[in-house]
Amino acid sequence: MRDPFRIPSGCAVSGILNLDGTHVSGEKIIRSIEVMHERSNGLGGGFAAYGIYPEYAELYAFHVLYDDPLTAKDVEAILKRSCTIEHSEEIPCKETENIQNWPVFKRYFLRYRGRSDCEDDEVVRMVMEVNSGIHGAYIVSSGKNMGVFKGVGYPEDIGKLFQLEEYQGYCWIAHGRFPTNSAGWWGGAHPFGLLSWSVVHNGEISSYGINRRYLQNFGYVCNLQTDTEVITYLVDLLVRKHNIRIPYLGAVFASPFWEQIEKMEEPKKEFFTSLRTIYGGALLNGPFSIIVGFPGGMFGMVDRIKLRPMLAAWKDSTFFLSSEECAIREIAPSLDRLVALRAGEVISERVGERNSHGQKLTVSGV
Amino acid sequence: MARSLLFPEFKIERDKERCIACQVCVRQCANDVHEGSDTEDTVVSQEEKCVGCQRCVNLCPTNALTVQTRKDGFRPNGNWEDRHLRGIYKQAETGGILLTGMGCDRLYPVYWDHLLLNASQVTNPSIDPLREPIELTTYLGKKEEKLDIHWEGDSPVVRTRLAPQLGLEVPVIFSAMSYGSISYNAFRSLAEAAREAGTFCNSGEGGLHPDFYPFGENIIVQVASGRFGVHRDYLRVAAAVEIKIGQGAKPGIGGHLPGEKVSKEISRTRKIPLESDAISPAPHHDIYSIEDLERLVFAIKEAINYEKPVAVKIAAVHNVAAIASGVVRAGADIVTIDGIRGGTGAAPQVIRDNVGIPIELALAQVDERLRLEGIRHHSSLLIAGGIRSSADVIKAIALGADAVYVGTAALVGLGCHLCQKCYTGKCNWGIATQDPVLTKRLNPNIGRRRLVNLLRAWAFEIKEMLGGMGVNAIESLRGNREHLRAVGLSREECSVLGVKAAGEGW
Repeated sequence: MRDPFRIPSGCAVSGILNLDGTHVSGEKIIRSIEVMHERSNGLGGGFAAYGIYPEYAELYAFHVLYDDPLTAKDVEAILKRSCTIEHSEEIPCKETENIQNWPVFKRYFLRYRGRSDCEDDEVVRMVMEVNSGIHGAYIVSSGKNMGVFKGVGYPEDIGKLFQLEEYQGYCWIAHGRFPTNSAGWWGGAHPFGLLSWSVVHNGEISSYGINRRYLQNFGYVCNLQTDTEVITYLVDLLVRKHNIRIPYLGAVFASPFWEQIEKMEEPKKEFFTSLRTIYGGALLNGPFSIIVGFPGGMFGMVDRIKLRPMLAAWKDSTFFLSSEECAIREIAPSLDRLVALRAGEVISERVGERNSHGQKLTVSGV
Repeated sequence: MARSLLFPEFKIERDKERCIACQVCVRQCANDVHEGSDTEDTVVSQEEKCVGCQRCVNLCPTNALTVQTRKDGFRPNGNWEDRHLRGIYKQAETGGILLTGMGCDRLYPVYWDHLLLNASQVTNPSIDPLREPIELTTYLGKKEEKLDIHWEGDSPVVRTRLAPQLGLEVPVIFSAMSYGSISYNAFRSLAEAAREAGTFCNSGEGGLHPDFYPFGENIIVQVASGRFGVHRDYLRVAAAVEIKIGQGAKPGIGGHLPGEKVSKEISRTRKIPLESDAISPAPHHDIYSIEDLERLVFAIKEAINYEKPVAVKIAAVHNVAAIASGVVRAGADIVTIDGIRGGTGAAPQVIRDNVGIPIELALAQVDERLRLEGIRHHSSLLIAGGIRSSADVIKAIALGADAVYVGTAALVGLGCHLCQKCYTGKCNWGIATQDPVLTKRLNPNIGRRRLVNLLRAWAFEIKEMLGGMGVNAIESLRGNREHLRAVGLSREECSVLGVKAAGEGW
């Protein structure tokens, strides 16, 4: 069931963020990703949505995929150890023309009972325990007021299956996958989620072997054998645990060349030198463009020599990221501003930073 | 004395038509193999003295000479090989330990030759090093686990001070070879080449001649069990200090530089009396435990004001992973591991050929062990012992090394022909000798150029291979065993190496 191999894949990615916090249905993001149909091959598609569970905003929303529904008892036992299940239900799905079979998806809204300063770590631990320990169950997302919907199929079909037009979110991220061998497993689709991070990724990480071993040092177990999983854990480690701010992630993931660092002025030079020296194991080498969603925001980034495409655009109070311009134009035919991300560049926006409106570019890595 | 039972090891053929009796061979051979005649235009050779160093062959102006391994006439025997008979004859004649030089030459598996590298196809573009930068820059030393960042508004203030690092432009360092075991000119060639190529050379345990103090920024000095030439300025002038516990060619035993090699300059460098034997004890007599090592590590760190990394070199032995873990915990910023094929100027042959394990296995186990213990970042891993080409370098890095030492490869670059007679002091190539007639055969300017060329060529090749894998910084390959696959190895060997079999995908 679970594919034992790491599968390189080409992909389409797209993301929408309403900087004024307006909620929109999933209909737009489905239209956007559908335009890039040719970039995926029907073996994986998925979405992440933020702001969709306002009534449970304080609770961890766990989306769990059950290949084997009999494992639900074991999963729930693990969840109940440190959390109270306030509400649980099957995630509604509707048969579509192209998808007639799907595994059971459940969502749980969990209240953590322990000390608040370690609740994120505990959630990470639970996710690791279920995903590496229970065969037949898989936690797809584990954040607050957000969720990941994904599976095997073209993204537009996955969107219809989960009836995403029924959800209202302020940020939507989508992925269409082109794996180079049969995926066959719903958990292997993207986005990949941990806590409130969700990552979609187009590319292949040549440094995967060392990134995975680097993460082991910090207790992250990579069991899915996907590059995206590694990126998600690295984002979590660096931002949540190591206090590196998002605009500077480029200095680690797609570090400038030593020659460029040499030419920097202090104190920037010292900062970049330290980051690269200490976080060499977190350097992501090889082609990638990624979109990462987090509570209240979204950022995009490309690799250090820009081997994969990514564009950022702004229209009124909406921020877009996408593999191709057409996917943005489909839902916003006229734009205020459109830029192609440069090598190693991070472009990040947050709800409430409307004044930025495409002018405040956070640039790192150059 | 009775005639020796030993046959000559080499057969010298002199083409009479070509030989012009110029006597170059006579003058070139420190072993007095060739003998000219004052009266006749002929040269005769005594094969039993020949070591097969090929110096005369190389310098013969008419290519009249051929020196070949002589096929012994012993009756073939699957159990008693020629080398066993020769060893017994020699020992029966002399009653001594058989000595040898250079690294183990037995046919143990060379794991580098069973590891294959990856390359990108379609899903991941390969990178052309002639068009795109590919970085080999490497920093050796302790790395903090995390950077302590304090934010003042949008500006980061770094509160972590980086531990001292050795910066290499190419991840290859010249191994420890003392002035004494090698000549002044050989040492100078290495030091000058290290400076020009942006890397380091290691003083060995022979102290540092005052002439080489200006090269301090590119020299790692060694503190070994004999403590020869160790004093305040020696420690302070260097880029790093290495405590030598063991050596791959002779784990568990010490060293001996015979008094006849202790010339005026060597006595001055090692701070020992002229013509006295320089004996390095087997253990350090102030280190009988891991906690004693820790005290020496910190005594040296105090002496150098914590400004430079301190390395500890151990030989690859059976329990190397656990030992390395202890060494890291004892405060070493760099752990050097030397495998069974590591070279030496002199070692008992029985030790060189039978003690220790191949560096590939040791490296794989040490790297994995340190990672499992979560202390891999506390120290860099430098490995030594049998690195022959850029392919070996890149495979070592993919297995988990931060950089490699080369000793034999550097000497071969200077002209060594691996005759394994370094311990005789009669090196015809001017490398492992102190005889002024022989040492001046090695011109340090030419030596430097040859070594710089070698490193440059290897760097180009490493970049080509990295680019092929779609990697443009060496740190993305370090410990990245996904880029290695094994051929012709057992399941156990694959598992010790932490490498999948060729044909297995991701």
